[in-house]
Amino acid sequence: MALEPITHVTGRAVFVPGDDIDTDRIIPARFMKCVTFDGLGEYLFYDARHTPDGDPCPHPLNDERFAGASILVSGNNFGCGSSREHAPQAIYRAGFRAVIAESFAEIFFGNSTQLGMPCITAAGPDIRRLANALENRPDLEVTIDVEADLIRFGDDAIPGEIRPGAKHVLLSGHWDPIQDLLDGLPEVEATTARLAYMRES
Amino acid sequence: MGKSLFEKVWEAHAVREMPNGQTQLLIGTHLIHEVTSPQAFGMLRDQDLSVLYPHRTFATVDHIVPTNELAEPYSDPLAQAMIEELRKNCADHGITFFDTNTGKQGIVHIVGPEQGITQPGTTIACGDSHTSTHGAFGAIAFGIGTSQVRDVLATQTMALNKLKVRRIQVDGQLAPGVYAKDVILHIIRLLGTKGGTGFAYEYAGEVFDRFSMEERMTVCNMSIEGGARVGYVNPDETTFTYLQGRPYAPKGAAWEAAVESWRSFASDPDCTYDDVVHIRAEDIGPTVTWGINPSQAVFIDETIPTVQEGKTESDRASIEEALTHMKFAGGEPIKGIPIDVAFIGSCTNGRLSDLKEVARYLEGRKVKSGIKAICVPGSQAVSRIAEELGIDQVFKDAGFEWRGAGCSMCLAMNPDKLVGDQLCASSSNRNFKGRQGSPTGRTLLMSPIMVAAAAITGQVADAREVFDLLVPTASA
Repeated sequence: MALEPITHVTGRAVFVPGDDIDTDRIIPARFMKCVTFDGLGEYLFYDARHTPDGDPCPHPLNDERFAGASILVSGNNFGCGSSREHAPQAIYRAGFRAVIAESFAEIFFGNSTQLGMPCITAAGPDIRRLANALENRPDLEVTIDVEADLIRFGDDAIPGEIRPGAKHVLLSGHWDPIQDLLDGLPEVEATTARLAYMRES
Repeated sequence: MGKSLFEKVWEAHAVREMPNGQTQLLIGTHLIHEVTSPQAFGMLRDQDLSVLYPHRTFATVDHIVPTNELAEPYSDPLAQAMIEELRKNCADHGITFFDTNTGKQGIVHIVGPEQGITQPGTTIACGDSHTSTHGAFGAIAFGIGTSQVRDVLATQTMALNKLKVRRIQVDGQLAPGVYAKDVILHIIRLLGTKGGTGFAYEYAGEVFDRFSMEERMTVCNMSIEGGARVGYVNPDETTFTYLQGRPYAPKGAAWEAAVESWRSFASDPDCTYDDVVHIRAEDIGPTVTWGINPSQAVFIDETIPTVQEGKTESDRASIEEALTHMKFAGGEPIKGIPIDVAFIGSCTNGRLSDLKEVARYLEGRKVKSGIKAICVPGSQAVSRIAEELGIDQVFKDAGFEWRGAGCSMCLAMNPDKLVGDQLCASSSNRNFKGRQGSPTGRTLLMSPIMVAAAAITGQVADAREVFDLLVPTASA
């Protein structure tokens, strides 16, 4: 049972500058006191978007010009730190469908891919070119072509790479692996039988 | 050609190659807690799935438990709802839960080892990035997201791509006052926060051969802060001695067979690595972070870097952002900066040996007036043994608050939080902006002994001077 293949993501984009943007910054831990992911979108980057008193402060996500953006653009090592899926869930539930960054932390990358939210890496100078274009024209339509490893905007385009394994699961509609894992259950039993510590004592 | 432990464990647990090219990997041991599991159980219900092997999942509650309010209902209704949800999910699915009334509750990465659940040559997953801790036993342990918690509950497997392996070999002799925490902070400082992306780290060399299990856990714990999802140490006699007799360790004839099997998983001497890094133990000093990620660290006798010291434009921007948040001036010594709070605890440094070592030096000393100092044992078992040994009394006499077990002020999901821009000397693992509960709060990561030195002097201090650590001591 394949899901919808993800071949393109098209929409407006917003640039959140910075390297090492960690998952505590993306969704502060106090907002994880919940038993569902519902409503996490409103707390995305909460502490960066608000003063200590809770008033909105300047931040790209508070900038009206970028309201409704569905592609998030950032720097190096995006999503480092905690394994909390709350981070990509908050990004997704805030309306984003893809993230472009110079590089991604491992666990964030996997969590996002499994949600069907592609993480695309692009070179620093190319990201700056995209960011400049967005600054000049916030309503610019950006298209990520997953198959062609390309990010198009206006008349311009930059290379955007998705690691082969992730690219394959997005294009084939297997980004959520649960059905494939269930299909392997007979082999799971065989593997389990070979390992002493798996026995029920 | 020999194989590394990572390759051997991977091969023993590889179920099959999936149609998408990834490996379906058996996860032998699954650890869950209250924060990242409820949504996974929700997905099981929504998708009409069940837990495949309930006997291979173990639960505890750690992130949200208050440490100074042990009776339920907790004053925070959200925290109460989360513990109840976990209780119900474990009962519904027949999962062992080390609840608060069992005497076994604690931080998931402390409970697994002390119960003997964490074993060499196994695969472990938990919805928490510090799951790499369990690698100290020669297990391959992954921090995972909640959808993968669902995958493991339903199929005892995950879809993964194989990692590369980097051996980090630390030879020589650590100087007095230099601890496992300094070793890992130094490694992260050298290799960066993303240096380990795509790698499993194999920690080796004379320093790791001599380390106790708890010291190995401290290092493996912070692998993810260097970008490595997995970190491990090859199992040896130290590992087996630690495990023997623990509740979930094999017994009798099964013990002998297990040890023989565990031994076989250690990396072969002739195996090849994707990368090898050599570090001299003598080059490592007591280390303190000054910034907002764990690689932004200096030795206690160094100065905080200036923006101009950044090698690239991106480095300079990072230093500037960190100095602004930390309210530090580049070029000032780290030593002598006044602190507000001292925190000893967490899955990095909340084990018995950490508390024992601090207590040795805390005896007869007092926390400086005006400093809030708290000690949070990593588990109820740690707490109980510490109390039997009188360690709690040493902490209390010195002016530390002695709390119940949990994650506490490492990530402040419970009532233990920094206030405003308080500066905290912390034995935890992350100094991210807002990590300790206040958006403007500031964290300095360091070893527990350095936290104790800061608590006593009221400022960032060199524990070697404060405690006169000039004579080499036996490994803690």
